[in-house]
Amino acid sequence: MRICLRKVDLPLSPAPISICRMTIRTARPNRGQHFRPRTHCLNKLESIVVEMQDPKSGVKGSEQKLNVSTIPHVITGKDVIAWITNKMKTTPEEVQAFGTMLVAYGYIYPLQNHKKLVLCNDSSLYRFQTPYFWPTQKWVAEDSDYAIYLAKRNIRKKGMLEAYEQAHYSHLHDWLNHKWDFIVMQATEQYKAGKERNKPDRVVFDCQERAYWIVSRPPFGLPLSFQNIFYQQAIMRSKVKSSVSLGALTKYVTTYKNHDPFLAPCLPSNPWQTDHDAYWTCNTRRIDVPTKMRVERWSFSLFELLSDLRGRDDFKVFLKKEFSGMPPHLMRHLSNLAFWEAAEELKWGTASSMTSKAETIFKTFLAPGAPRWINIDGRTMGLTVKGLDHPHRYVLEAAQTHVFLLMKKVHVLVSNKLEQNAQNRSLGVHPVIVWQQEEEEKAKAAAASAPVDVKAMMSKIDRKK
Amino acid sequence: MCDQTFVAITFGPCDCCGKASPLMNIYIKSEATNYCSFCVEVMATQGLQAGESAASLKKESDSLKKKLEEERAKLSDIELSQVAEKIEVLAPLSIKTRRVLKGHGNKVLCMDWCKDKRRLVSSSQDGKVIVWDAFTLNKEHGVTLPCTWVLACAYAPSGCAVACGGLDNKCSVFPLSLDKNENLNTKKKSVAMHTNYVSGCTFTSSDMQILTSSGDGTCALWDVESGQLLQSFHGHTADVLSLDLAPSETGNTFVSGGCDRKANVWDMRSGQNIQSFECHESDINCVKYYPSGDAFASASDDATCRFYDLRADREVAVYQKDSIIFGASTVDFSLSGRLLFAGYNDYTINAWDVLKGTRVSALFGHENRVSRVRVSPDGTALCSASWDNTLRIWS
Repeated sequence: MRICLRKVDLPLSPAPISICRMTIRTARPNRGQHFRPRTHCLNKLESIVVEMQDPKSGVKGSEQKLNVSTIPHVITGKDVIAWITNKMKTTPEEVQAFGTMLVAYGYIYPLQNHKKLVLCNDSSLYRFQTPYFWPTQKWVAEDSDYAIYLAKRNIRKKGMLEAYEQAHYSHLHDWLNHKWDFIVMQATEQYKAGKERNKPDRVVFDCQERAYWIVSRPPFGLPLSFQNIFYQQAIMRSKVKSSVSLGALTKYVTTYKNHDPFLAPCLPSNPWQTDHDAYWTCNTRRIDVPTKMRVERWSFSLFELLSDLRGRDDFKVFLKKEFSGMPPHLMRHLSNLAFWEAAEELKWGTASSMTSKAETIFKTFLAPGAPRWINIDGRTMGLTVKGLDHPHRYVLEAAQTHVFLLMKKVHVLVSNKLEQNAQNRSLGVHPVIVWQQEEEEKAKAAAASAPVDVKAMMSKIDRKK
Repeated sequence: MCDQTFVAITFGPCDCCGKASPLMNIYIKSEATNYCSFCVEVMATQGLQAGESAASLKKESDSLKKKLEEERAKLSDIELSQVAEKIEVLAPLSIKTRRVLKGHGNKVLCMDWCKDKRRLVSSSQDGKVIVWDAFTLNKEHGVTLPCTWVLACAYAPSGCAVACGGLDNKCSVFPLSLDKNENLNTKKKSVAMHTNYVSGCTFTSSDMQILTSSGDGTCALWDVESGQLLQSFHGHTADVLSLDLAPSETGNTFVSGGCDRKANVWDMRSGQNIQSFECHESDINCVKYYPSGDAFASASDDATCRFYDLRADREVAVYQKDSIIFGASTVDFSLSGRLLFAGYNDYTINAWDVLKGTRVSALFGHENRVSRVRVSPDGTALCSASWDNTLRIWS
């Protein structure tokens, strides 16, 4: 049974590999991060940690009075950083990162602020973790060990467990119920053995054990204060009555009913059923005449119109040439649409293109006197221009929404016109019908140029009499 | 069609640090303020504020939760079944297998349609990713990944690339080339890096960003060109198994579902968790948005599929039957949103009437569990991928 205590001064040769666990789906749903030790780099870390503990050339330790006890071999964060800088001769950022790794993997643990596993470059106090608790040791942090640890803390002082520890504890109680008696017995034994030690040793061991479990079972879930903020926001968020939102969902279904190939036949035919891909070829972007169903779909929302690239093209054409005497308030939607497209490109573009795109957009659409200046309200314009000082992909969000709402107002007008146009043009004839018509013409022409059959003609005339 | 689902987070200078960024409207000691997400995190993790203790925080947490439930209950003035009474009943559907795509040597785990409505990409347990023209049954491209269990694959919106990931903890993007002899592995680009398996991936509106979900409990947004992490999303307390991007005009949100039984809605700009639903009794295997973007559905190991209304902020329907005992692993809506196709571990696919809550049709044919169903972009067909090594096209 693993109850022994090891003092920190004895450097131990690192033990070989620990098990690497990987499951597709964890059988224990409430686990946060999986901890998988990487032995090779840990062995390197360990040799450095051993050097750091050298009484002559290592980090200088001292005694500290903490609460009522005296804790030996305490080191400060800045001493550790200084030692690493001296040893590795590298930049402060790397030293900081390396130091934090020593804490994150549990080789050094903080005495104050024990849940935050970082190395602070100040007089914060740390201790070296006993090799018994190093990550590469032969034993893996098992659930039953954790259960014994939590049970022991519960015995020592009821109600001492934190929220995440409580969650672990109740879960382990369910999961390991079959050996719970064993676990409680072990916890009691360890508690009794601990009481027999002298106070400073007990404090040290408690700190070491606690640090070990914080590394192996990291606290999960959001801190309570964060959760409360989430609830407050959820309460304040605008919600809609079910009758309104469910009504809208039903309306959507009804609107699109005839466009759903599972519910209504698609014309001319469903390619998967007839092996004929006419449905796809007559719905491409550059087809001469868009189908009636397609144009009808553009009338459902501006989003539909803009999502279909052909719809967007026709929208642009409409704005450019349909009405030469078009009122100016409609003309400006050309720049609105161009701005909307540019903003989309910025939002979904590569990270490296952000700055150059933002600059072009500013020069073309937003700067005073710009060639395609968009007319948005002063407040949005101000915020957007200010945001462009440090451009990021969502900097045009407010302006883009505003422009979209402006375009929405003319959407009805536009789609009515597009539908009308579609109806005025010939619907386009199905290839089969065209072929049939051509055959008829050929037959008629053949009949007209054929020599006249006088007898047949005469008998026809006789029959008519 | 419908207005934005929720109040857009305002953008501007943070009340704490002064930097211009997307803002969260929060309450500090009952006063409304606007903090950027970084300052919120700093403030919240600074531990207890003066005058609070763990017990008082817990009490506040419980009372807030209760208040939220009350607010939600006030607005539930009608149930979906009542609204659906006025809708006419669906005629019986006649859906048959139109194509069977054979070619994978092992379980097919995932598939995705191309925007051209006929091509699709599929990935399987033996590490193979195949791009098919499903209409002609031609295999157009094939890649073999060095890892097994390729759990996620996605087609780029332009049709010029595919992304896939799985047990290798990475998501890689492969540009597709017309040259048949070219080995796609040479152009492979490793984009996403997680600390556990990648369970789902999707492109956003362009080829330049991918969104991934992982067994390490996080989702992340990546820039494809540089491999840079643009935003990460923390909040799940267990593996995240699935995600889906919203089809709305703003396109700024996505929903994720995981082993912690929660379905979370996230804002891509700030990384904030906007809404959370915990209604299932077991792991959520798949989440999918309703075509209008105002609702979504989830499939779970508890053999039910559920439908959630985002504007009313609650679950509005449960699709279940006594005769269905095996977990549902995947869901997708038809184009109008009237039908919900769900693939189950008992080798069948069930088509549910979303509004009335009844099962309309059951599709049989697969010889092992169905891992993924997806309706084609124009709604003309349904593709199902299964552990029996095949994909089927239904129509």
